Amino acid sequence: MSTATGTRRDVLGSSALRPDGWQKVAGTFEFSSDLHADGMLWGATLRSPHPHARIISIDTTAALTVPGVAAVVTADDVPGKATYGLIHQDQPVFARDVVRYMGEPIAAVAADHPETCRRALAAIRVEYEVLKPVVDAVTALDAPPIHPDGNVLRHQRIVHGDPDAVGEVVVEGDYEIGMQDQAFLGLEAALALPDAGSVTLHIATQWLHEDRTQIAACLGVPEDCVRLVLGGVGGAFGAREDISLQVHTCLLALVTGRPVKMQYGREESFFGHVHRHPARIWMRHHAMRDGRIVKVEARFVMDGGAYASTSPAVLINAVTHAQGPYRCDNAVVEGWAARTNNPPCGAMRGFGVVQACFAHESQIDKLADACGIDPVDIRLRNAMRTGDLMITGQVMDSVAPVERCIRETAALPMPPEPDDDPLSRPGGSGLTADRRHIVRGVGWGVSIKNLMYSEGFDDHASARCTLQDGRVSLKFATAEVGQGFVTLARQIATTLLGCDDVVLETMDTDIGSAGSTSASRQTWMSGGAVDGACRMVRERLFERVAAAHGLDPLQLAIDGTDVVDTMGHLRIPVVEASVGEPISHTFEHHHRPTEELDENGQGRCHVAFAFVAHRAVVDVDPELGIVKVVQIATAQDVGRALNPLSVIGQIEGGIAQGLGLAVMEEIVVEDGKVRNPSFTDYLLPTALDAPEVLAALIEEPEPMAPLGAKGVGEPPCVSSTPAIVAAIRDATGRALSRVPVRPQDICL
Amino acid sequence: MTEHYTLRVNGASHDVRDAWLGESLLYVLRERLGLYGTKGACEQGECGSCTVFLDGAAVCSCLVLAASAEGCEVSTIERIGSTDEPSDVQRAFVEQGGVQCGFCTPGLVMAVHALLDTNPSPTRPEIREAISGNLCRCTGYGRIFEAVDAALRERRA
Repeated sequence: MSTATGTRRDVLGSSALRPDGWQKVAGTFEFSSDLHADGMLWGATLRSPHPHARIISIDTTAALTVPGVAAVVTADDVPGKATYGLIHQDQPVFARDVVRYMGEPIAAVAADHPETCRRALAAIRVEYEVLKPVVDAVTALDAPPIHPDGNVLRHQRIVHGDPDAVGEVVVEGDYEIGMQDQAFLGLEAALALPDAGSVTLHIATQWLHEDRTQIAACLGVPEDCVRLVLGGVGGAFGAREDISLQVHTCLLALVTGRPVKMQYGREESFFGHVHRHPARIWMRHHAMRDGRIVKVEARFVMDGGAYASTSPAVLINAVTHAQGPYRCDNAVVEGWAARTNNPPCGAMRGFGVVQACFAHESQIDKLADACGIDPVDIRLRNAMRTGDLMITGQVMDSVAPVERCIRETAALPMPPEPDDDPLSRPGGSGLTADRRHIVRGVGWGVSIKNLMYSEGFDDHASARCTLQDGRVSLKFATAEVGQGFVTLARQIATTLLGCDDVVLETMDTDIGSAGSTSASRQTWMSGGAVDGACRMVRERLFERVAAAHGLDPLQLAIDGTDVVDTMGHLRIPVVEASVGEPISHTFEHHHRPTEELDENGQGRCHVAFAFVAHRAVVDVDPELGIVKVVQIATAQDVGRALNPLSVIGQIEGGIAQGLGLAVMEEIVVEDGKVRNPSFTDYLLPTALDAPEVLAALIEEPEPMAPLGAKGVGEPPCVSSTPAIVAAIRDATGRALSRVPVRPQDICL
Repeated sequence: MTEHYTLRVNGASHDVRDAWLGESLLYVLRERLGLYGTKGACEQGECGSCTVFLDGAAVCSCLVLAASAEGCEVSTIERIGSTDEPSDVQRAFVEQGGVQCGFCTPGLVMAVHALLDTNPSPTRPEIREAISGNLCRCTGYGRIFEAVDAALRERRA
């Protein structure tokens, strides 16, 4: 239905429609939670109610007698490695002697009905000795270790240029970022099918192969005994990068010998995945009176929670982006990721850069104020360019159209004055705001975001292309989480091979890794793999056509849906040219190598960068402390818009998440206990909160990128947050050094 | 505590046998009747993913006890259209880019049908209000507004 009709073809650059869209609107798309197997059991997890406690005993006897219960497993039943983790394997599959965060898994059950599972969990007796939780990230660094690996998950210092350089103007501030949740709609779910010691897991994840490695290690089986198939993924945003229910589900299936399905409810989901790191950041800028930045100094403390997850990489992203998208010759930056008894934190869209950006953008506004310069002018004056040296000593060799992002954002129209419709005022349908009290504010945020993995990690991607009888079949393990890689992959094949009939094979571990759907990397990496595989198939097709017609294959090209000879002698449809033996190639795409940072934080640690500017307009009721984000204008450096409709979708979606962090979303943690693990108490932007978004796409193709395109997923949520907060500051005159901005921060 | 009862769903009668009476309508639709198009994402009526029509009114099926729906006419996303014959709203969601991960989509399609079938000329604030009970985490709602506008244009044409 989504294939080309008439003259419209789904080539690169077109707003091709999602191939899975029709199933998704009809409700027939199979999400991992929709999977079912005959004779299947339900699995469920027992979790610690305490953030820090010693486990004295676990008694599962009563649970095993609940009618319908097939198995109860604990740490004693984990046959392989007892712990897992993306960078350090420091997180237990099940807690054995000690629990380090509220919600840590203790045991899992399999039973005939979800309600039976709940009753079985309630029948497990766990005796705890409750310990005082370590909940402050700063004091945790020097506190007695709560884990054998210690409380410092990582420390990194950056010293660049002249550390003693001073400017004529100095501004500083302390900033705080709250804990945000990814809050994907499609809850964690998996179906495990056992088969004589092997297991197939249908799972909603971001990275099939990494999951498999960790699962196989914990199950104590070779990797080829574990096959992963991508179950339909209902959003990810970083929360599916870590293991959650994977090992538990497989273990229950292997123990019972029956299919087991596990799915979390919303409350459990808040405990079952990592969150965005809360951070405390001190930052000081030295500048000349004309606003030119001389030096940045910063200290970051990020709360990693109980286990490492990706904290070390998040910290590196934060400190290496401390300068923002601005030239800066001198820097002294230091950062720590701390282990605490708070919920584990890891990947979320923006990955450490969100935190850094809130600080540097707040600082730039302070600097503008101190120098008496307009917020736009000071950003233009310092805007980074290609060829600049970054504070890590890395040369900025990505296309860096920072100035253009700012100018094109500024050129977008401002919204009309507030109208009389009470629904569009702060408070919306609550009808709380009086129009006479509403104050409008405007604020700016500009950001830089790295693309792909860093510090020497080779996060390559594989894809296979097969052409036969005019049909292209593509195989890859790229996790489609909603971002639209399935659309893009088809566009690449359609463009390169002149075929409109492109089918996608099952996404599973039967082909090489695609790396993670994160770090804004799949368009570049898996796109590069599909591009490479299609090009190799095209070469073989040209050889075949050339041989049949006595032509030079180098003179052949694809024109529309035909193979043509550039000399004008030949034109045959690809459908005809590809009859016969299939032509198939697998291609593995690697980005250029990166380096680890040295002890002074110097090294070419990142692959490439993307930039974006945001201008926010808000209406605030200062008496009630409520905010309506009226409009976000943005110009984003996308390299090349391979699918403009998808790009706009990423921009609007990312901005909504940035808005959430700015004024709504926070996991409230008190003494290590999560106070709001539900959608009643954790507030997400609704259709009434969504601002008007005006977006300009800056298309300057990136020479390093296989398709000229940069990843577009993360930048929208990096600087939209500080832009909104700056607009609230503009409206209210409040300092607002913490996100989310709460009503009491404005009105009290 | 199990019971037999009958549900009218999408115009057909279904006997529900040996079911625990505590099951929600959402659970029974999905796990007993195999109608997986209706999604669950919050269990509290906050996200709208589980929206169905109960005697024509849009409700969150996670908040309805299945057994209490006996005697009512339940309509789910499966009745609205299919991949081959989508409704105008479903087509607009695909064509305007209103679908990303798609988990919220069936509930939103139901909500938009509920709006347009009762209010053929909603204003922009009325549209926002009408779908504000349906959370979408991917799109930021921009393309969903476009989809509603496109469906409205088509109905007016």
